[in-house]
Amino acid sequence: MQQAATTLRPPASGTATRLRGGSGGDVVFEWMCRVAGVFVLILLGAIIIELFIGALPAFRQFGLAFVWTELWDPVADQYGALVPIYGTVVTAVLAIILAVPVAFGIAFFLTELAPDWLRRPVGTAVELLAAVPSIIYGMWGFFVIVPVMAQVVQPAVIDTLGELPLIGFLFAGPPFGTGILTAALILAIMIIPVVAATMRDVFSTVPPVFKESAYGLGATRWEVMWNIVLPYTSKSVVGGIMLGLGRALGETLAVTFVIGNANRVTTTLFGPGNTIASLVALEFGEAGAGSLKLSALLALGFILFVLSFIVLAISRLLLRPSAKGASA
Amino acid sequence: MSLMSKVLATAALGCAIAFPVMAQPITGAGASFPNPVYQKWGEAAQKAIGVQLNYQSVGSGAGQTQIKNRTVDFGASDAPMTDAALKEANLLQFPSVMGAVVAIVNVPGVAENQMKLTGELLADIYLGKVTKWNDSKLVELNSGVTLPNLAIAPVYRADGSGTTFVWASYLSAVSPEWKEKVGIGTSVRFPAGTGSKGNEGVAGTVRNTRGAIGYVENAYATQTKQVTTQLRNKAGSFVSPTAESFIAAAQNADWSTPNFAANLVDQQGATSWPIVSPTFILLPKDPKDAARTASVLKFFDWAYMNGGKLAQDLEYIPLPDSVQTAVRAAWKTDIKS
Repeated sequence: MQQAATTLRPPASGTATRLRGGSGGDVVFEWMCRVAGVFVLILLGAIIIELFIGALPAFRQFGLAFVWTELWDPVADQYGALVPIYGTVVTAVLAIILAVPVAFGIAFFLTELAPDWLRRPVGTAVELLAAVPSIIYGMWGFFVIVPVMAQVVQPAVIDTLGELPLIGFLFAGPPFGTGILTAALILAIMIIPVVAATMRDVFSTVPPVFKESAYGLGATRWEVMWNIVLPYTSKSVVGGIMLGLGRALGETLAVTFVIGNANRVTTTLFGPGNTIASLVALEFGEAGAGSLKLSALLALGFILFVLSFIVLAISRLLLRPSAKGASA
Repeated sequence: MSLMSKVLATAALGCAIAFPVMAQPITGAGASFPNPVYQKWGEAAQKAIGVQLNYQSVGSGAGQTQIKNRTVDFGASDAPMTDAALKEANLLQFPSVMGAVVAIVNVPGVAENQMKLTGELLADIYLGKVTKWNDSKLVELNSGVTLPNLAIAPVYRADGSGTTFVWASYLSAVSPEWKEKVGIGTSVRFPAGTGSKGNEGVAGTVRNTRGAIGYVENAYATQTKQVTTQLRNKAGSFVSPTAESFIAAAQNADWSTPNFAANLVDQQGATSWPIVSPTFILLPKDPKDAARTASVLKFFDWAYMNGGKLAQDLEYIPLPDSVQTAVRAAWKTDIKS
């Protein structure tokens, strides 16, 4: 690696005279890239500062308790972020739990099991799924999944699992069809293509010689996947999952359609809830300029920013030991 | 926020430039409830009087903000602004058209306008106190109907909306407990039930959920063929949601309140539908561009005279003649030209 990098560098000072004629383009290109790079930093900083300034009245009014207050009462001008934060985290985590095994299956099938003629069509189909606009998933969820959940899945589960001790509270309540679990299900379907496409791409970067050696030693497909492919690609796999988690955290429209939009914390998975992005989208149009409500909504946006940042930081932290292991 | 309004204003400007006809362009923003009728009026008025309306249905709150910042020629709001707020922003407020809100249900065996409900019962249902369709209070009112042993699933508007404002106003007018615990607003803290986005969302959820009850603008109930209910009005008689009962409510209302902020919910009159509401236009009293404001007035003058039929086709209710006359008088005295 080290040697390859050296040979790719542009020729040093000795040959510079020959290139002088065309170096104007180089300078322009260099600065364009620099400006583009710095622009991202400035933009990110500006967004954070603008959000924070907008959110300041709400933070002043409610203090840190804003984060763990359940009450969201626009009539009394009392706002708390607990319900949307809870809803955002729970739906996103549930979606990841549902999506990762399926995505892994798709990627494994495409790289190891599928016959050659099937790989292209299935791979393209997965990529196409990633390109479906979220409003379509929302409407599909609302008109197709919700009635099925309300009439078939939820009544059956409530009558069986809902009666059990210890875990019964997770599956109690009336079968609305909408709710936390339905939202997580739609989110899972939305992020499966993203995660699966990333996994497939990184699985196919594993040098064939590694896999062939393992097969040569008598390893099964599962052993090759677990002991060769996954360790080699762990960093990118976690990266792909985080990409999916990021999309799940910020998804607005599809969730709004199916989560039930109630500003209460419910322990049951079938109960209605709300997410940060959904609540902001729903309430923004009716929040007057300079009102405490607008400030509270901007504060929610700021919290979502912080949440995403925490996710990124955790993924970096998780990756550190494996990255060291790979380079050693 | 100010950035958003600038962007919207620029977009509006862009649209105005894009059609270099002899038309007089006017821009408006706000309430989504009257949006369909404003769009229809805009099309018709362009042909008739050459005023070209560009209306952005961004929500009442955003409409108020934009007219305060004077980024549009007029604002539109479902909830009336307070006298103090109007004075501070130097705005004239007048009603443009009215609409009715109806209750819709999905109960097996219950046909259109068959179920009888009272405001107090609706409040109890939305407070989560009456939870079964075969509750004794409901059975007592509906002697001829067999009500099933089914959980009531109240459905409400999840997004801030004028519809919720009208609904909450009505429940507050008839139920002291609702007034105290929940109150009136474009979005309120509903103690029970589930939320859906938009009139179409509520209508869809009610359709999907057995035992659901919801509230929508009358136009959506008609278009999507929902099962509406009768309601008991202030006079104590049960009325069905029809054009006649809506107009009766408008005619029985007291329009002499300041800024035309008439309260049309729970009106007197034996045939009045109890949940009717006007929607409002907000206009600067000291226009920066007098010609554009004059075009706005020309537009609404035309709409009062000729827009009644179009409004009724879309299930809105035109203003009574007496109110139109009073509004025209206010235009003369309050708007500097």
